[in-house]
Amino acid sequence: MIATVGAHGGLRLEGHKERSTETPIALAPPPECAILPLDQHAGMRAEPVVKVGERVMLGQPIARPQGEISAWLHASISGRVATIEPRPAAHRAGDSTLSIVIESDGRDERWPAHTSMQDFRERDPIVVLEHIARAGIVGLGGAAFPAATKLMGALRSKDCTLLLNGAECEPYISCDEMLMRERAHDIVLGAEAIAHAIGASQCVVAIEEGSSLAEATLREAVSRASAGSIRVAIVPNVYPAGGERQLIATLFGREVPFAGLPTDIGIVCQNVGTAAAVAKWIQDAQPLVSRIVTVTGDGVRRPRNLEARIGTPFSQLIAACDGYTERMHQLLMGGTMMGIALPSDDVSVVKATNCIIAASALDLQPRAAEMPCIRCGNCSEVCPARLLPQQIHLNARASDLEGLERYGLMDCIECGCCDYVCPSQIPLVERFRAAKPELAKHLMARSNARDARLRYETRNERLERLEAEQRQKLEEKRRQARTRSP
Amino acid sequence: MSVWLALLLMSALAALAALASSFAASQSRARARDALIGAINDLLPQTQCGRCTYSGCLPYATALAEGTADINQCPPGGDTTARSLARLLNREAKEVDARFGAMPATSMVAWIDEPACIGCTKCIQACPVDAIVGGARFMHTVIADQCTGCELCIPPCPVDCIDMRPFAPRFEAASSMRPQR
Amino acid sequence: MPFPTSEPPHVVAPLTVSRVMRLVIYALAPTIALHVVFFGPGLLIQICLGIITALAAEALALRVRRKSVRQYLLDGSAVITAVLIALCLPPLAPWWLIVSGTAFAILLAKHAFGGLGMNPFNPAMVGYAVLLVSFPAQLLQWLPPQVAELERVEISLFHTVTTILTGSLPAHLTWDAITSATPLDALRTNLRMGMTMQEAHASPIFGGLGGRGWEWINLATLVGGVWLLAMRIIRWQIPVAMLGALALCAGVMYAIDPGVYAGPVFHLTSGASMLGAFFIATDPVSAATSDRGRLIYAAGIGVMTYIIRTWGGYPDGVAFAVLLMNFSVPLIDRYTIPRIYGHAERP
Repeated sequence: MIATVGAHGGLRLEGHKERSTETPIALAPPPECAILPLDQHAGMRAEPVVKVGERVMLGQPIARPQGEISAWLHASISGRVATIEPRPAAHRAGDSTLSIVIESDGRDERWPAHTSMQDFRERDPIVVLEHIARAGIVGLGGAAFPAATKLMGALRSKDCTLLLNGAECEPYISCDEMLMRERAHDIVLGAEAIAHAIGASQCVVAIEEGSSLAEATLREAVSRASAGSIRVAIVPNVYPAGGERQLIATLFGREVPFAGLPTDIGIVCQNVGTAAAVAKWIQDAQPLVSRIVTVTGDGVRRPRNLEARIGTPFSQLIAACDGYTERMHQLLMGGTMMGIALPSDDVSVVKATNCIIAASALDLQPRAAEMPCIRCGNCSEVCPARLLPQQIHLNARASDLEGLERYGLMDCIECGCCDYVCPSQIPLVERFRAAKPELAKHLMARSNARDARLRYETRNERLERLEAEQRQKLEEKRRQARTRSP
Repeated sequence: MSVWLALLLMSALAALAALASSFAASQSRARARDALIGAINDLLPQTQCGRCTYSGCLPYATALAEGTADINQCPPGGDTTARSLARLLNREAKEVDARFGAMPATSMVAWIDEPACIGCTKCIQACPVDAIVGGARFMHTVIADQCTGCELCIPPCPVDCIDMRPFAPRFEAASSMRPQR
Repeated sequence: MPFPTSEPPHVVAPLTVSRVMRLVIYALAPTIALHVVFFGPGLLIQICLGIITALAAEALALRVRRKSVRQYLLDGSAVITAVLIALCLPPLAPWWLIVSGTAFAILLAKHAFGGLGMNPFNPAMVGYAVLLVSFPAQLLQWLPPQVAELERVEISLFHTVTTILTGSLPAHLTWDAITSATPLDALRTNLRMGMTMQEAHASPIFGGLGGRGWEWINLATLVGGVWLLAMRIIRWQIPVAMLGALALCAGVMYAIDPGVYAGPVFHLTSGASMLGAFFIATDPVSAATSDRGRLIYAAGIGVMTYIIRTWGGYPDGVAFAVLLMNFSVPLIDRYTIPRIYGHAERP
C-alpha cells in the first residue's frame, strides 16, 4: 500500500535513475591525495587533532567535534598530512574552506585502535550511542547532520519511532536504491543498532514506489532480522516526498512543528545510508571514510554508482566512469532540483556528496526570459510546505518584512517545486534565499528586543523594590530613634 | 402638551444614551490607549538608549500614542522601525531624523577593556538591560549577546575603558553553509 | 575546465506565460466556431479588429512605459482580452465599439495599473463594462441565432464587413427587422410585462436548456473549459464554485416560485455563464490566490451574477459580478492564507 496521508503538493518528476542503476556498485580507487574539509557536516567545524607532516592511517581520527552539533573526521587513506589550509569545497559551491589534505603512501593501512561492537544487543543503549558518536557518521541523505546528535535528541522522547529514509526524492540520485539492492543486510543491522541505542520499539523503512528490486531485497533482509519490528513502507514517487518533514507527513500524517524537530513528535529519521554506515562501524570498526556516490548524467560516459573514499576529487570519479562526453555542460552535486552547480571538478567528495551529475543540455531545461507573476497559483499548488510563493515573491520584491513573515518565508524548504512550475519563469528559490537573511536578521532583532525588554522591566521592578525596601528600613530606623530619645 | 412631553422624553433618552456612550468610550479609550502603547512598544528595538529624548522605549511609545512624539526619533530601530510605526499609526512614512543620532550600519555592542577596568560598578548601574556583570573592585564584562548597544555605560566610566565594537556572533551557525536538505 | 554555474533548481517545466495564454485561446475555439455558426461571421471581424487594437495599444503602452516590446507584446494576454471583449459584443456592432473597448481595457485597465500581472480588475470585463454603461443600445443589437425554428436573417460576409465598418445596415435591412433580444433579456422583459414563466418560455427563442443557439455556445465553452482543466491551465475551484453558486441560487429561487424564476439549467446555459466560469473569472491576475480564496471569490461571482440577472438593470451580470468580486480580492486574500506545514491553524 502506498501511503500519502497528510502530504501536500510536490511534483512527479522524471526519475532518470535507469542510467546509473544498470551496473552494480563499483569500488573507486583510493585517491592519491584526499582533501577533507573540516566543516563538511552541519553545525560547528571540527578541530584538527593532527599536525602537518604527521603520518596518519586509514580511519584514524584527524579532527574532533567542537560544540554540541559537530562530528569526528577520519583519515580516508593512509599517508602524510600534507597541509591544513583552505581548499575549494563542493558543499560550498567551490568556495574555499579549511581542509586537511592527506597525501597517500599507497599502503592503505588501517588504524588498529578502533573496536567493533558486534554484541551491541547486550550492551547498555547509552554505551552503544556513545560508540556510534565516535564514527563520525552524519546524515548521508545530503544534509550531513551529525547522526549521533540527532539520536541523542531521540532520548528525550520515551518511545521514538525510527524512520529510515530510502526514498531519494530527487531525480538522478540512485545511491540509496543501489545500497538497498546490494547491502540490505547492512541497513537492517544498522537499524537494529540504532533502534537499540535510542530504545525505539518501532522501525519503518520508507522506500519509493517503483524500485521493486530494492524492495524485494529489503523485505527479504527484514524478514531475516532478529527483531521482527521493522516494517517496509512504500511512498509515492513524488518530489520531495523523500524530504524528512515531507516523508513524515506522507507516512504518518503528522507534521513536525515549525522550529521543532521530528523527535518532538516521537520520530527520528535517518537515511538508509546512515544506517549502513552504522553497521560498518558496529561490525567492522570502520568509521565513515567512504560512501556511495551516484555519478550520472548525459555528460559522463559510463554512469554508475561508486563507493568512493571521502576526499576523493570529483575529477577522479569522473575518470573512473570513463570521463566526460563531448556533450558535458554543467557539473552538479546533488540532484537537479536542489543540487549545487560547481564551477570546477577540482573539489572532493564530502560526506554529503550523494550524487554527481555531469549534465548535458539534454539533462537541463534552461529558463526562458522572466515575466511578471500572473498569480496563476501553480506554485502554491505544488508547495510541500503549503505556502503561497506568489505572495512571498510580491512581498520580497517590496522588501516587506512583515509580509514575508506573515506568508512564512522561513518555512520555505527551498525544494524548488514552485520554481519548476512557474510559467513566468521567475527564479523564486533564488529570490527567497536572497530574502531570508534579511528576514532572519529582523526576527532575531525582534526576539532580542523582546528579551531586552523583559530584562529592562525586571530591572526596573527590582530597582523599585530595592528603593521601597530602603525607604522602609529608613522609616524603621527613624522610628527606633524616636522611641529611644523621647 | 404632548409635543413637549415627546421632546422632553426624547431629550432625556438622548442625554442618557450620550452619557452611557461617553462612559463606554472613556472605558474603551483607556484600554485602547494601553493596547496602542503596547503595540508601539513591540515595534521599538528596546535598546532603552534614550536617543529619542525619552527615558526609554516605553516612555517614547507612550509619547507616540499621545501624539507628542514623531515616528522618526529612533535611530537604533532605523528606517524599518519608522516604517512600521508609520503603518501602525497611520502616519506618513519618513526616514529617521539625523538629529537624534546616526543609524548604526552594523549592530554595535559595548566592550570593556578588562585590564583597565577598576571595578567601580558604575557601568553596571547604568546598563538598562542588565547586560554587564561584575562585582565591586572586580573586573566587569559585557554579555555581548544581551547588549543592546545603547552606549549608556560609556559616559559613567571613570577610566574610559568602554568601547563600542561590532557585534560578532560567538559561532557561525550551520546556516552559513549553503542550505541543503 | 570551468563549468557554468546556476542557482537551483536546474530544471524547470517547459511552461511559459505565452504558452498558457495560447492554450486559453485554443480552448476558446469551439465557442468561437459555434458563435459563427449561429450568429454569422461578424465575430471573426470583431476579433480581428480587437486583436489589432489590442496589440497596437499594448505596443504603445509598452513603449511609453519603456518595457521590452519584444518580450511582452506577443505574450498573448492582450489577445485574450480582445477575444473576450469581442465575444461579449453583438456580431454586427460598429467597429468603434470593439476598438474603444479594447483600447480602454489595455491602456487603462491593464497598463495604467502596471501591466501584465498587476491589474486588479479583469481588463476585458472593464472594457466591456465601460461599453455597456456608455452605449447600452448598441450592445443590445443581437441577431437571432440561425436555427431552423427562427426566422433566418442572411447577411453576407461583405455586408457584415460594411455594417461593422460603417455602422449602418445595407439598404434592404433595418435594425428593427433583424435584431432580437437575447434569451436572458427577453425573459426579463417578458416577466416584467407580467407574463408567467410558461408564457415567456413559449417564444421560439428558447430551446431545451436555455436560449436556442446560446445553449450550444455555452456547451461548447464548457468543452473548451474542461479541456483547459485537463491541461491543468486552470483549476477546478473557480468554475465549480461559480457555476455551483449560480445553480444553487437559481435552484432555490426556482423551487420557491417556478412561475417567476428561471431554473438552474437555464442560467447555466445562458448568456456568459460558461465563458465567465472558465475563461473570465479564472483570470488568475485579478482572482483570489489561494484555493480557499478562489472558492469564495468564484462563489461570490456566481451569487452576484444571479442577483444582477434576476433583479438588476442589466440583462447579464457576469461582467459586473466579476468586477465586484475583483474589488474584494485583497480582502479575501488576507483571510484565506493557508495553514503552513508545521504551524497551528491561524487564529
